[in-house]
Amino acid sequence: MSSQSGWVLAIDTASGISIGLAHNGRPVDSRSETSSRKHVEELMPMTDELLNAHDLVARDLSLIGVGIGPGPFTGLRIGIVTARTLGLVAGVAVRGFSSLDAIALAWLTDETRPDGDFVVTADARRKELYWATYNASGARITGPTVSDPSELPELPTGGPGVEVYPEVFAGRVVPGAPRHLDAALAAAMIDRLTDTGLEPAYLRKPDAKVPRTRKSALASNTKLRIAYRQEAR
Amino acid sequence: MSGPLVLGIESSCDETSVGIVRGTELLANEVASSVELHARFGGVVPEVASRAHLEAMVPTLERALTTADIDLGEVDAIAVTAGPGLMGSLVVGLSAAKALASVLKVPLYGLNHLVGHVAVDILEHGPLPSPVLALLVSGGHTQLLLVRDITSDITEVGTTIDDAAGEAYDKVARLLGLAYPGGPVIDKAAQQGDPKAIAFPRGLTARHDMVKHRFDYSFSGLKTAVARFVERAERDGEPINVPDIAASFQEAVADVLTRKAVDACQEFDIEQMVLGGGVAANSRLRTLMAERCEQAGVQLRRPRPALCTDNGAMIAVLGSQVIEAGRAPSSLQISADSGMPVTQVLA
Ligand SMILES: [Zn+2]
Repeated sequence: MSSQSGWVLAIDTASGISIGLAHNGRPVDSRSETSSRKHVEELMPMTDELLNAHDLVARDLSLIGVGIGPGPFTGLRIGIVTARTLGLVAGVAVRGFSSLDAIALAWLTDETRPDGDFVVTADARRKELYWATYNASGARITGPTVSDPSELPELPTGGPGVEVYPEVFAGRVVPGAPRHLDAALAAAMIDRLTDTGLEPAYLRKPDAKVPRTRKSALASNTKLRIAYRQEAR
Repeated sequence: MSGPLVLGIESSCDETSVGIVRGTELLANEVASSVELHARFGGVVPEVASRAHLEAMVPTLERALTTADIDLGEVDAIAVTAGPGLMGSLVVGLSAAKALASVLKVPLYGLNHLVGHVAVDILEHGPLPSPVLALLVSGGHTQLLLVRDITSDITEVGTTIDDAAGEAYDKVARLLGLAYPGGPVIDKAAQQGDPKAIAFPRGLTARHDMVKHRFDYSFSGLKTAVARFVERAERDGEPINVPDIAASFQEAVADVLTRKAVDACQEFDIEQMVLGGGVAANSRLRTLMAERCEQAGVQLRRPRPALCTDNGAMIAVLGSQVIEAGRAPSSLQISADSGMPVTQVLA
């Protein structure tokens, strides 16, 4: 399979910030910030610094890849809107990839690679994990999904989620398995990552309830309640 | 001399908007609103708004560039709302703005949304006089601002101590079984009603309130009074006259908004007032404010309704004012500030 030629920038904000550069399919350089609370402040300055370090400007890129998660929503949106705006202004194509897929594919390039099915997982907060299962050639078999950690299959497991529940994954964690996304590697392998489109992998609906009853005694007013229900629909 | 070409981005609540101005000339003002997505929830749901901002941001930017018919290379600066507003919403616009500023290698100005509501009238009626009193009323804000210099000298004279005026409209609309957002539907229902039918309370106008809260507003008591009135009518088996309730409620809101704003003009010896925010489109507020300003000898500036609601042009024109005043741009590392004080024009 031929690699994407020219310079590729990959941005992933599914947990912290990971940005990486590849040239003609080879990883070149990367930057990362582990805090998950500095996306809006640091993503663009870090990207500028990485490009500057290689005497590049955004217009020199041939492709921008962006991780669509799953991960905390605010961070994902910052990565995606940044990539899309860079692409629009610089006239560079932008494509999305699953952040879990990128970790899975990276694992397969490592000597610790699993020889059968395996799991990649990330922290979903609220006592849950995001996860997907893959076969030995890197094809995603199930997911991505979000669930209680106890629902993950007992397979070799990698990704940032394993650090959150060490007791759950005791015995399933392969030493040396990737814990974090390597954005330079993701940029190098961009053409082997499934094009996901640019919508974040939310996997959860927004927390919002349609109000059913009103506090006032008006709730007993049948006519108005019906009118309200119609409005609310 | 035509002034700097500024692209402004606004995403603080439920409108994604990009405006482009050249100095004080409006070239484009594209707005994508997610208001319909929030209707069934009876108020803005932050996560729903944030998702909509991400979807709308790049298409809105493209539309604005097409409408303005400019080349991105001509843009002199990027202006963006840095606060106040919903955090998850603000960061979408701010991230897009940073990417634009970075690729175009132009300065970034992170600006105060509230000050943008005042500045927008420059597009319509030219330079702001100094001082000017601004009344901002919307679902998110109810503020009386004393503006001596739009780029550097703004004082909050009064604010709501509980609900924003637009929020009171939404809540009363819900009580009356009307749609969200409440502003336009109550305004419409009120056209058929008698504004004097029910004497609803005017918040913070009692003598003891006027000491500490002379220019502050309160709408939660009014909302409770409407609820009580409706409950009593139901209990007594009386028909509920929605137009009369809407008109009387709207009269109470407009009365107290205008009375305190005109009072502030007299107290601070200000001869010009500017209206802003979504509720500034309310017909009764506009009429009553015009009457009372005329009686008091205050000249009233009212931007057209499309410029009163949240939009990118207001941020772009504030940006052009800040540039012309020679203020230093923001750092590319600025954060969004959901509670940005109105005294801070620039982040
Ligand atoms: Zn506003």
